[in-house]
Amino acid sequence: MRRIRAAASGAVVVSLLAAATACGGGSSTDGGSNESPKTLTYWASNQGPNIEADKKILQPELDKFEKQTGIKVKLEVVPWSDLLTRIMTATTSGQGPDVLNIGNTWSASLQATGALLPWDEKNLAKIGGRDRFVDSALGSTGAEGQDPAAVPLYSMAYALYYNKKMFAEAGVDKPPATWDELVATGRKISKDDKWGLGAEGSNLSNNIHQVFVLGKQHGADFFDAEGKADFTSDGAVKAVKQYVDLMATDKVVAPGNAEYAQNQSLSDFSKGKTAMVLWQAAATTFKAQGMKDEDWGVAPVPVQSGTPGQDTSVNSMVAGINMAVFKNTKNLDGALEFVKFMTSDEEQKHLCSTYGSIPPVKAAQSDPAFDRPELKVLRDTLATSAAALPQVPNESQFETAVGTAVKNLFAQAASGKQPTDADVKAELTKAQQQMAGQ
Amino acid sequence: MTTTISTPAGQAGVRGKAPGTARGPRRPGRLRRIGLPYLLLLPALALELLVHLVPIVIGFVMSFKELTQFYLRDWTAAPWTAFDNFSVAVDFDAPVGRGLLHSFWITCLFTVLSVGLCWLLGTTAAVYMQETFAGRGLLRALFLVPYALPVYAAVITWAFMFQRDNGLINHVLHDQLGLTDGRPFWLIGDNSFFALLTVSVWKGWPFAFLIVMAGLQNIPKELYEAAALDGAGMWQQIRRITLPSLAPVNQVLVLVLFLWTFNDFNTPFVLFGKAAPEAADLISVHIYQSSFATWNFGTGAAMSVLLLGFLLLVTGVYLFFTSRGRKVSHV
Repeated sequence: MRRIRAAASGAVVVSLLAAATACGGGSSTDGGSNESPKTLTYWASNQGPNIEADKKILQPELDKFEKQTGIKVKLEVVPWSDLLTRIMTATTSGQGPDVLNIGNTWSASLQATGALLPWDEKNLAKIGGRDRFVDSALGSTGAEGQDPAAVPLYSMAYALYYNKKMFAEAGVDKPPATWDELVATGRKISKDDKWGLGAEGSNLSNNIHQVFVLGKQHGADFFDAEGKADFTSDGAVKAVKQYVDLMATDKVVAPGNAEYAQNQSLSDFSKGKTAMVLWQAAATTFKAQGMKDEDWGVAPVPVQSGTPGQDTSVNSMVAGINMAVFKNTKNLDGALEFVKFMTSDEEQKHLCSTYGSIPPVKAAQSDPAFDRPELKVLRDTLATSAAALPQVPNESQFETAVGTAVKNLFAQAASGKQPTDADVKAELTKAQQQMAGQ
Repeated sequence: MTTTISTPAGQAGVRGKAPGTARGPRRPGRLRRIGLPYLLLLPALALELLVHLVPIVIGFVMSFKELTQFYLRDWTAAPWTAFDNFSVAVDFDAPVGRGLLHSFWITCLFTVLSVGLCWLLGTTAAVYMQETFAGRGLLRALFLVPYALPVYAAVITWAFMFQRDNGLINHVLHDQLGLTDGRPFWLIGDNSFFALLTVSVWKGWPFAFLIVMAGLQNIPKELYEAAALDGAGMWQQIRRITLPSLAPVNQVLVLVLFLWTFNDFNTPFVLFGKAAPEAADLISVHIYQSSFATWNFGTGAAMSVLLLGFLLLVTGVYLFFTSRGRKVSHV
């Protein structure tokens, strides 16, 4: 009889979600209060090699903040895989942190829940104003025409990392600038268990980042002007097919990459098994895996033709982390103070150079710490040829639905089947219909 | 679920004592005796209702609401949609319904195979472990390791082993034994079903082993001795004594394994992440993805309610038939 209970609790989601909602039930204190001005809870996303490393990096800064303001910050580093679910649970229960990190692509989705403090002019003024931040980074802080739901904290962009020795062995003297060149280079290298390009076929977010950029290059946005899903346009089909074809027909990506989701392509790169990866700020990982800085080079992500720029020459998404304040915080002033601290010139220089990211704060960018050739490429990309993912409320669903479609297509390609235009369109149609009714 | 066999001697004892202790007429005393256990159960029952029934009711309410990111913060404000969520979930011509139906059939097949194999392995091992031999205790303990390990750690290890290029499974199958032509994928594509089944059976059979072993301890040795005297071989002893005596144990065991396997979320989620391959898209992960990954909690709740209904139905039918069978066998 005891286990009949298992049947009842079987509705995993119902119980989970309901249990979460039952205790909170929509508190509606708007704008926060200052009931407990001496403490803050901060959920940081996992940025470093592991959670312990993040604690080591962040704790001294929090201590510094406490010294300056007398406000104690309780830190919790949340792994990426849990972060969105944790935020959603906090949203439903109203029991969240005061300040938190969010992936910048989720800004509009989380903004739609109404749980985050809007950064109107008054709030922005408290952290030094809108003008302190780089425009492209501000572009992924919420839906257009609304007050930002977050402020940029760390910025990143995609670049093409290549193995200099493998290029030299294959007789390639410069990194590819167009996709045709990338395929040609990849073909020269892809033999004897070595491969041209690495991919993370089972990582939904990574799939989206790559496909979004290719979509831009084919004139597809994945959402129409009203924010409705538009996954099946010719440009979208071309973009997805071009990406999957790197494995299916061009054969420059190893079939095994179809099941990669834990950054295995980076270790393949470090071990000299693949010659190129498209990645954001990979330097610290390469170093951690024993690769010397002089062994690899970095170049802008290829475009269809010409040089990187705007519109169809976009070659990266605006990647990065934003900082948000939970609307029902019990320490609104302290939370704003903390965001001001984290986005100050000094902290930006320190944290971004430690994490290998680019400061979204203009004044900090000019620091010599960011003059390394690799960071220069990332910085230029961010400034001139990166585009923010669609800032629509169902961006997060888009990542899952289309990311899964690309994963399925990679799985087909890995088993030797070459997906046709019709196959690609069918997968994208399915993804779009899963979004219907939203 | 233990069946107590009341002997005439025991009954006589109770009867002999009853007139002395009973103060009033017999009936109220008996009532109190029967009522007391229920009274003692009451606090547990109340808590049970609170812990499980309340969330279920809330989930049921949610399944009638249009619950998306816009109402996440205050779900009670979400608009009512009548049966829209349910009709989306069971519209088998559209992708959402088709996906649900697909994962339902996959889960059914998976559950039947997994429960069957767990039971078979557990029973076989338990029967063999009845004989005393050197190292039996150690072996028994070893068998229980998968049951004792934290699910996450165990399954993530399996995920590493199933990797195509660097995993142990392909290393053994392909490099050492040469059983496969190439290196098959286990975590994507059709093979993922077998990978999932392997992990599920590995994880589940020690429980069957434990329960069956406990059940075997209750079978009187005399039965086997008598059977041996009558010339029954081992197979006949198993068929005529072991299996029938184990029937009550098995009835519970199979039900528990069925519910655990049908609802298993951890194994597929750790093995494949939030987007399982189609061939291994178990219903619990499917519902998770429908609610959490696409932020459509109303439809997810509707799917959960349907699943709950299905499991209650199966459990009810199962209990009806098995308990009837038990009565017959003990009369």
